Amino acid sequence: MYVAVKGGERAIDNAHRLLAHARRGDPAVPEVAPAQIREQLALAVDRVMTEGSLYDRDLAAIAIKQARGDLVEAAFLVRAFRTTLPRFGATQPIDTAAMQVARRVSATFKDIPGGQVLGPTFDYTHRLIDFLLEAGAEVDEPARAAADPVPMPRITDLLGHDDLIERNPPGDPDAPVPDLTREPLDLPAGRDLRLQNLARGDEGFLLALGYSTQRGFGRTHPFAGEIRLGEVELEFLAEDVGFAVPLGEITVTECQMVNQFKGSATEPPRFTRGYGLAFGHCERKTMGMALVDRALRAGELGEEVKAPAQDEEFVLMHSDNVQATGFVEHLKLPHYVDFQAELGLIRQMRAEIAARAAAAGPDGAVLKEAAE
Amino acid sequence: MTANADVPDSSVNARKTTMAAVCRATTTELAGLDAIAGDAVRVLRAPEIGLVMVRGRVGGDGAPFNLGEATVTRAAVSLPDGVIGFGHVLGRDKDKARLAALADALWQAPATRDAVEALLRPVRERIAAETALKRERAAATRVDFFTMVRGDN
Repeated sequence: MYVAVKGGERAIDNAHRLLAHARRGDPAVPEVAPAQIREQLALAVDRVMTEGSLYDRDLAAIAIKQARGDLVEAAFLVRAFRTTLPRFGATQPIDTAAMQVARRVSATFKDIPGGQVLGPTFDYTHRLIDFLLEAGAEVDEPARAAADPVPMPRITDLLGHDDLIERNPPGDPDAPVPDLTREPLDLPAGRDLRLQNLARGDEGFLLALGYSTQRGFGRTHPFAGEIRLGEVELEFLAEDVGFAVPLGEITVTECQMVNQFKGSATEPPRFTRGYGLAFGHCERKTMGMALVDRALRAGELGEEVKAPAQDEEFVLMHSDNVQATGFVEHLKLPHYVDFQAELGLIRQMRAEIAARAAAAGPDGAVLKEAAE
Repeated sequence: MTANADVPDSSVNARKTTMAAVCRATTTELAGLDAIAGDAVRVLRAPEIGLVMVRGRVGGDGAPFNLGEATVTRAAVSLPDGVIGFGHVLGRDKDKARLAALADALWQAPATRDAVEALLRPVRERIAAETALKRERAAATRVDFFTMVRGDN
């Protein structure tokens, strides 16, 4: 039960002033600009865009500054901002096969058309603190090599040519694409709706669930078929213009997880797949997402559903960190009346027990009986 | 505002190519368009910030799904002879959306197309150089596998 409580206005105003002061930190240290966050804390920006479900690097950078680096709070700010804007429509589905690739690795094939391109990665770094960053050393110019314009097909497309892996049905082009920002999430959800939910889901939650499948809670025998990072073109069918207009490019990360087989009396065995896609450079997120996407297909693929990662309701209803933080953190709001009721109840229970104990005399017979 | 629906495909493709270059231009690079247009331009749609839902495909190649939204700013202008230009650009830069609409209108008008192309030439060169540089830097991180020589015994 909630009851309006007045009287905190001055305290709240002053708390917000104090927050602004705390956000600024030591005034002797230069203030950080959103552009610095955008350029130098780019992976935090990418995570806020992905979980805030809004691609806008500058906006995410301001949100991170406003949230004092609290990325869940920043995603919350971004989600709130998007509710203030009209929606013009939807883009044509992005073509990740046509990506301008900055990084592309496969753990399943060594020699792939286009090769293994490491790009800017923490992989193979020693995880030793680099004190040169404290000193502000100059950064070396990146190495360059001749770039031959070979296409980089998705690994899953290569396996698909030999019919060794399941294909994804193209879907009905006229069917509406379900959107959980417009209609409440309805279970059971199709894979399209599940992927929308996972794409904006909390990285930590998906990482832990994906990890749980590797440890045996809904094992799917995954291989990282391909992870690719790069820029894709966006086109938007503007009805007043009459054709799909280019909007520019966005950076996305895609993970194709290749999992163990599924066949039947009529179908030969084929590898199955899990899929991850996110705004910006969010590799860990897309890997967790792909593991969970595959785990959630257990029912469809005739596997026993017994682990948390396979439980659609458990995963989809708890993946959103803005919803989760709202409900967990609302416990901080005044619950004075609820608690008064609980206090009344516990005092009454204790009084009744004490009264019965007094009536039973010193041997405590009634208390013993109550305990039984 | 349903003009230009009857134009042939090749013209649409050329117009889209121009729009794509304008999207990647900076507002500063487009500022010269105002001088080409003069002051008889009518604003049909004042720059407006909104969202588009970005779609992906299940598995990269399957049915579409909603990935998340992106901010987009749009605008529309018309020239005195009735040519309508549309601007759609990622982000929240209203002046850039207005200039993009202006670029689209001026590019469609035969009298000003060359001037727009001339203004976009350095933009296209910059984009091409940046794309080439990104490709070359990525290519330098391509793994050259070699197999260790194994002895016969």
